[in-house]
Amino acid sequence: MTDIGGPAGAWADAVWAALLFSVAPHAVGGVALRAHAGPVRDQWLALLRRVLPAGSPMRRIPQHVADDRLLGGLDLAATLQAGRPVAQRGILAEADQGVVVLSMAERLPPGLAARVSAAIDTGEVVMARDGVALRNTARVGVVALDESALDDESPPAALLDRLAMHVDLRAIRLADTDMTAPCDAGQLASARLRLGAIQCGDAAIEALCVTALALGIASLRAPLLALQVARAAAALDGRLEVSQEDLVLAGRLVLAPRATALPAAEPPAKDAADNSDAEKSEESGEPATQQQELGAAAPLKDPDAAQPAAPDPGETLAETVLAAATASIPGGLLARIRPVGGELARPRSGGRAGVMQHATQHGRPAGVRRGEPRAGARLNIIATLRAAAPWQRLRRPAESGYMPDAGGARIQVRREDFHVTRFRQRAQTTTIFALDASGSAALHRLAEAKGAVELLLADCYVRRDRVAVIAFRGRNAEILLPPTRSLVRAKRSLAGLPGGGGTPLAAGIDAAAHLAQGVLRQGGTPLLVLLTDGRANVSRAGTGGREQAWQEALLAARALRAARLGAMLVDTSPQPQPAAQRLAAEMHAAYLPLPHAGAADLSAAVRSAVALR
Amino acid sequence: MSKEAGQTVPFGDPPRPPESRLSMALAFPFSAIVGQAEMKLAILIAAIDPSIGGVLVFGDRGTGKSTAVRALAALLPPMRAVIGCPYGCDPAAMADLCDSCKTRGGKSSRAKAVLKSHLVPVPVVDLPLGATEDRVVGSLDIERALSQGTKAFEPGLLARAHRGFLYIDEVNLLEDHLVDLLIDVAASGENVIEREGLSVRHPARFVLVGSGNPEEGELRPQLLDRFGLSVEVKTPTTIADRIEVVRRRDDYERDGAAFAAKWHKEDQRLRRLIISARARLAKVKVPDAALEHAAQLCMRLGTDGLRGELTLMRAARALAAFEADPVVGDAHLRRVAPPTLRHRLRRDPLDEAGSSVRVERALDEMFAT
Repeated sequence: MTDIGGPAGAWADAVWAALLFSVAPHAVGGVALRAHAGPVRDQWLALLRRVLPAGSPMRRIPQHVADDRLLGGLDLAATLQAGRPVAQRGILAEADQGVVVLSMAERLPPGLAARVSAAIDTGEVVMARDGVALRNTARVGVVALDESALDDESPPAALLDRLAMHVDLRAIRLADTDMTAPCDAGQLASARLRLGAIQCGDAAIEALCVTALALGIASLRAPLLALQVARAAAALDGRLEVSQEDLVLAGRLVLAPRATALPAAEPPAKDAADNSDAEKSEESGEPATQQQELGAAAPLKDPDAAQPAAPDPGETLAETVLAAATASIPGGLLARIRPVGGELARPRSGGRAGVMQHATQHGRPAGVRRGEPRAGARLNIIATLRAAAPWQRLRRPAESGYMPDAGGARIQVRREDFHVTRFRQRAQTTTIFALDASGSAALHRLAEAKGAVELLLADCYVRRDRVAVIAFRGRNAEILLPPTRSLVRAKRSLAGLPGGGGTPLAAGIDAAAHLAQGVLRQGGTPLLVLLTDGRANVSRAGTGGREQAWQEALLAARALRAARLGAMLVDTSPQPQPAAQRLAAEMHAAYLPLPHAGAADLSAAVRSAVALR
Repeated sequence: MSKEAGQTVPFGDPPRPPESRLSMALAFPFSAIVGQAEMKLAILIAAIDPSIGGVLVFGDRGTGKSTAVRALAALLPPMRAVIGCPYGCDPAAMADLCDSCKTRGGKSSRAKAVLKSHLVPVPVVDLPLGATEDRVVGSLDIERALSQGTKAFEPGLLARAHRGFLYIDEVNLLEDHLVDLLIDVAASGENVIEREGLSVRHPARFVLVGSGNPEEGELRPQLLDRFGLSVEVKTPTTIADRIEVVRRRDDYERDGAAFAAKWHKEDQRLRRLIISARARLAKVKVPDAALEHAAQLCMRLGTDGLRGELTLMRAARALAAFEADPVVGDAHLRRVAPPTLRHRLRRDPLDEAGSSVRVERALDEMFAT
């Protein structure tokens, strides 16, 4: 097919992704396009537009889309005019048989991701809102524009899982792009017709499953989507059967970007079968029945019958696909994955636990006010009608020639009658722990802090509050746990908390303040808990020097006070330190010396601080 | 847009508009689901004895959680419902009739004769994401309010789910005020509407089925408690299972009708098993020894309240009925203990072992001798 590696090869793969996606947008789910906003991305989107069938819808979904536009709802203007409920379709239903483009997918709220995912899964949108219930077909494909700069943001994992191809355009320069598609419109049209008839042997399915498992991909959607992509590739090439090349291409576009592990040296298919076989025969002493069970579950190649001397074609096919997929794993990815262990690596989660809050739409109703139902505000029909009622007689003669229809008198509702419901949402507290993980903070301190975070989280989910963790050590600070409500995530993030090194106190305070500002922007209430002994010895620039580091830490503390962020400093040293006290005073934080406190004491102290606020 | 929305359900119309039901023609057959024995068993137990109170399916992405729940509708035997009743009242259960059926039925002794009934499929109602409160609990009929200015009640999803199943996908993304509402109705079995000038109450007894991914956030303990059974699904790890899952899913997507036909017989067999298990359920004996073991197990695990014991006993009885065993034994208890108890343990975040492990440990200790 095309040469791999280099920007030109990457662009060629991106073109393939666009072509295959355009053959069957709904079947392959979509494309996650990681690229900065710019001409290269525009080129790709223009290319996609060109290869999609003429006239098929391509709609952009903004981040702030309201449910009544996304899923559909009551068409207010038409409803009032007609005097009966008139529903309007949402973007998803309007884009049926076409494509929706999600901009800034890395900031996508989980609720929106779940709604789009549901449309991908079922091919329809079910809506029950504003007194109307509708079911519309929405067989859409999704392009998620992912502009994330760092590895700690990514589109919600639930959505990524459903998009077959993950394309990275960041390394491609405009000069590398080439707008000539390798197929013409006629080929694409006949490929779409042919798609349903493409045959696919068991060996192909096996090859994709083996490859996915070897690359540590847990989700079963990955091999399924790869199969769809391989089918589309065969259709595009004018064949009726999936070939090895199709599988290699699918492995490269679908499986390689999802890899979480490098394949073990031995082919894992044989490995797994042998292991389970050996274990089972040891346990039961009856290999025959076990064999039968395996056979009943799937007509897999019998591991005993497959002689190493004569490898069967399925095995080689799997090896070929695996080798090709491994070779095309992007370089950046290799850094964060490790050789495969015994069990499947869990997928990195991009899901943010906290749902973004829109005060106008959610929460408990808190009265009614006059106003127009726009920007998500919900019309309160009874209040609107009540406001309109006294004026009916007056309004009627004003409209000459208007005859109420035979079904009964229509009510005339005017703009000034509109009332909307107000909602109140409880402010959510996000407790941000900034942990001093340096050498001076003893290791057992870290264990206590971890315990406290987990205890707090167990308590937090009752109140729907969130917790975040920042650790600073060595040269800089890092966010170990973005604000979350999930105990599962917290445990996983905190399990690998390392300790030792210098104390970049200023960097730690900066990072915590930054995160707190983000929480404020989302409408939450941040509470900062700094656990340190106050002995700063690494400056913001990452260099040593006690004095410089201390001055910077004081500056950072003052900035925190200026930003009016609530904070609390827990002194973790054996004896209360004047440095820590001074720091607490500078940041206007409560000072809490906890020399011998365990996890339970710490969480109790923080809890009472939250309750006080 | 034509008027296909916001239909009122006046008496005489078909009671359950088709749009509220999961699209059955498309459903993946239940018996074609590979592995996931615990999840399938939990769903079957809930179908045999709805009083167990719902199933929560939590687990990894792409493991067929929602597939299994959506497949359930095809397995359920039809039920008898009063013709024209918007809530699908059961003509045999006098005490549970809605107000209008009570009025029409007259004196309770004659109600069965007066109320005409027919066989309808058991509702499995999807609570779509982004559903608004008015559609869930029911609300003022906008059409009549706008055109005639009259106050009429239009039943919501809870009314449709009465006597059936209410399915919430991504249950942990549900908005808080909807969660509170569901908790209340699920506990009382009655939906009370006091809004928009309406004052209506109607029976709403349904089996709550939820699914989600624990990474998206935890569930409130009050909602957890409403689920009788909780299942953890994991992605299959053997290559043979994985290949089979992909193969079947692919067959289904290519030709859904042919695939459904292929598994129809097996689904029918399961359906008959459910029917006979329901018939046997009342006759299954629960000996004192089994009750004692259930109580001991709950004490050992420190579960809150009596609900754990009760659910454990009921689930064991349903399992015995399903397997045509006349008496509940330790083997049944052992198998249903993890799904009935694991979400009722008091949380101990410092215990690294998950709740499943703790239940297994307690089981091993108890039945070791």
